Amino acid sequence: MNVALTVNGEVRALDVAPNTLLVELLRSHLGLTGTHVGCDTSQCGACTVHLNGASVKSCTVLAAQADGAQITTIEGIGSPEKLHPMQAAFRECHALQCGFCTPGMIMSAIDLVANSPNLDEAAVRRGLEGNICRCTGYHNIVRAVLSAAREMGSRVS
Amino acid sequence: MSATGIGKSVRRVEDIRFITGRGRYTDDINEPGQVYAAFLRSPYARARVVAVDAAAAMEVDGVLAVLTGREMAADGIGDLPCGWLVKSKDGSPMKQPPHPPLAAEVCNYVGEPYGVVVATSIAAAREGADAVMTDFEELEAVVSIVDATKSTQIYASVPANRSYEWELGDKAATDAAFARAAHVTKLDITNNRLIPNALEPRAALGVYDRSNESFTIYTTSQNPHLARLVLSAFVKLAPEHKLRIVAPDVGGGFGSKIFIYPEETTVAWASKRIGKPVKWTADRSESFLSDAHGRDHATHAELALDAQGHFLGLRVKTIANLGAYLSTFASSVPTFLYGTLLAGQYKTPAIHVEVDGVFTNTAPVDAYRGAGRPEATYVVERIVETAARELKIDPTELRRRNFIQPKDFPYQTPVALVYDVGDYEASLNKALDLVDYAGYPARKAASAARGKKRGIGFSCYIEACGLAPSKLATALGAGVGLYESGEVRVNPTGSVTVFTGSHSHGQGHETTFAQIVSDRLGIPMENVEVVHGDTGRVEFGLGTYGSRSVAVGGSALMKATDKVIAKGKKIAAYMLESDAGNIDFDEGVFSVHASNRSMTFGEVAFAAYVPSNYPLDELEPGLSEKAFYDPGNFTFPAGAHIAEVEVDPDTGVVDVVNFVAVDDFGKVINPMIVEGQVHGGLAQGIGQALLEHGIYDETGQLITGSFMDYCMPRADDLPSFVVDTTVTACTHNPLGVKGCGEAGAIGAPAAIINALTDAIGVKDVAMPATPERVWRACRGE
Repeated sequence: MNVALTVNGEVRALDVAPNTLLVELLRSHLGLTGTHVGCDTSQCGACTVHLNGASVKSCTVLAAQADGAQITTIEGIGSPEKLHPMQAAFRECHALQCGFCTPGMIMSAIDLVANSPNLDEAAVRRGLEGNICRCTGYHNIVRAVLSAAREMGSRVS
Repeated sequence: MSATGIGKSVRRVEDIRFITGRGRYTDDINEPGQVYAAFLRSPYARARVVAVDAAAAMEVDGVLAVLTGREMAADGIGDLPCGWLVKSKDGSPMKQPPHPPLAAEVCNYVGEPYGVVVATSIAAAREGADAVMTDFEELEAVVSIVDATKSTQIYASVPANRSYEWELGDKAATDAAFARAAHVTKLDITNNRLIPNALEPRAALGVYDRSNESFTIYTTSQNPHLARLVLSAFVKLAPEHKLRIVAPDVGGGFGSKIFIYPEETTVAWASKRIGKPVKWTADRSESFLSDAHGRDHATHAELALDAQGHFLGLRVKTIANLGAYLSTFASSVPTFLYGTLLAGQYKTPAIHVEVDGVFTNTAPVDAYRGAGRPEATYVVERIVETAARELKIDPTELRRRNFIQPKDFPYQTPVALVYDVGDYEASLNKALDLVDYAGYPARKAASAARGKKRGIGFSCYIEACGLAPSKLATALGAGVGLYESGEVRVNPTGSVTVFTGSHSHGQGHETTFAQIVSDRLGIPMENVEVVHGDTGRVEFGLGTYGSRSVAVGGSALMKATDKVIAKGKKIAAYMLESDAGNIDFDEGVFSVHASNRSMTFGEVAFAAYVPSNYPLDELEPGLSEKAFYDPGNFTFPAGAHIAEVEVDPDTGVVDVVNFVAVDDFGKVINPMIVEGQVHGGLAQGIGQALLEHGIYDETGQLITGSFMDYCMPRADDLPSFVVDTTVTACTHNPLGVKGCGEAGAIGAPAAIINALTDAIGVKDVAMPATPERVWRACRGE
């Protein structure tokens, strides 16, 4: 079936099998391998992307459901020369180790901050409950998200 | 000192690619013409494979082949070996059942692969696997370790399902210590089975090149050279010079990616048979079933004390679950990495430990973060805390009475190790300050006023890291040396490429190792590139595990760097018309002693490759040096972890309200990275204590087989940690470092359970202390 969607600002039209997942479309068809697959039960959040501005687990969205949508992946939010504040905060706060959960964690965190005019540590911990990290113990991820939130204009307590 | 030198919290070099989605993990790599593998896995804990009917599978559109263990055996592919020979107390070697990569006759755990379907797409491979009709004869399975030696015999070659009955220490001296004890504390505890769950699932891409009959395998490995050695020498896949193993970016390991598994062998073998690159990526369900699990001990321990609370003797009897086969290092984990640590931080004069390693029809059990040392720490620190309560002595005071003191080093323990250095009271004192021990009674009262039970628990752990002196390790049964290699290759323009046999899968070697080399050479860190994880580029290596990378791999790089400087001095001596012994090297400049004649590092590098001015019969061109570093001893990181928990007696929910970790890792190269390692270890240790449990039912089905069932620590399960260090420099490696990767996972479980049992006034709550278990314990059940 034909699917047309805008990925990281670029219009893409593809012919995919009806059972194709959004994450497969991104990774296999478009070569956007920054989005990862860490589980098969929609628990780990490594595949998180933005669909029309809201974070979704792309392992649980059919490519067909994304027809006509705006998709943003980790490759679309910043570059090494011009990092998104959340990317910069993750590096500055050492909020990543192996890097596998990181793209999904960053995409979830951006959505969390965008929808939270007020944030504190407990709210960040609750808000990231759908993303699993096995390396960092979350300590520095929480610091990074609060730091980026200040940068992005949220009130942090 | 430069801003990127040793001791600075340099931001990580590797982060830029990870935060922008440019990492390159095994599943991100694709080869032209690549096809896909789906494994046929046993649905039974123990079953004979009677017949495999592939006819319907071959009808599935896209399926190219269905291959089984019998075909693999016929092709001469050998068994997966265990790399450490452990002997029983009677001197007999451990019993080791054959472990073919694909089971040909009998499957011995749920998820064991016995065949593979290869197809042009993942979907077709999976559909093909579903269409294979296998006739199994189900056999009686052994699941419980407590009954394993009295159950059905799994292997004809392994009586009583026991691989070994191992012991360490002086039994007579220990018995004598108990005979004169004023008090004996007894404890029965379990160390729960854990499933590692690195977030990147294991994956492998096998590529056979007909033109030169060689293989390239991209795989999620912590030690690609070891994989090459085993696949060549034991599995007989190909001669070593015809095998290249690439471990690119690897998404976490925690031990589980050390081992040589069936799948990478199978995709490489299938690639040759089919003539196309074959790729396999585990889904999470496969990871749960087929990654090596960790821990799984049942232990009875007794501690003998005199009337003043001095430890006289420790007696430990452990049954360790090995799973269905001996995985790569499985035999060493509950023996040499466990029994040797039972002295802890204490002057216990007599220790005797016995370990029964038993087989069950469950996934193989091998090293998982800490590997034997968390189990040892859990025994020691739980029984010490229990003794303190029985004797009504403050648990910190009882520890102080028994600590090995700074003046006692080097200290020979009764369980084979010689600790080189440490200051255990310093760590404990700092941790007590940070946790505000004096203010604890007031916090407990405040909790009580809110209907909550508060408890505090301690864990003063020690670990042996920096594996390991090769001579000692091989004498104890290791099948490989445990040195590390390093190469420092100076390029003609003065930039430096560093090759290390260590592997980074989250630890940040590309930063830390560049800091070490740039600091030593006095050149900018951005001029140094660290290469690892490719047997085609790095000469040899033994990989990353046991917190050994900086202590052993970093020391190898120091050695190689010193050789570079020594040769640079010879070159500079000719160029500056002096003598090598008269050349100083400091901050990247070679200079004639007490003169103004000098050359920069870059000028010497260029001269090395454009040798116009020195005698080539005396000095070869080039500036590239290799070194192997074999450690003189283990390193002994140690520390004090203190947990405070608050229990809701109505729900059994445990809240970790305060966690302080003060660790002595010796000198620290990058404090930011070290703190991060501690945080991650603590999360896994707290996960073990409160959340995580790999459970098989009585028929051997894994019932915690997904993230829906196996409780991974999430952000809202954990507190922010208070982490600090004390420093006694390691005495026997050039960096003075000890290793930090496992400390959190080693220290935390005992601290948490000691705090929890203190809160609710019981002797033990089995890990994981789930709300149900805690609620029952609160009710005295």
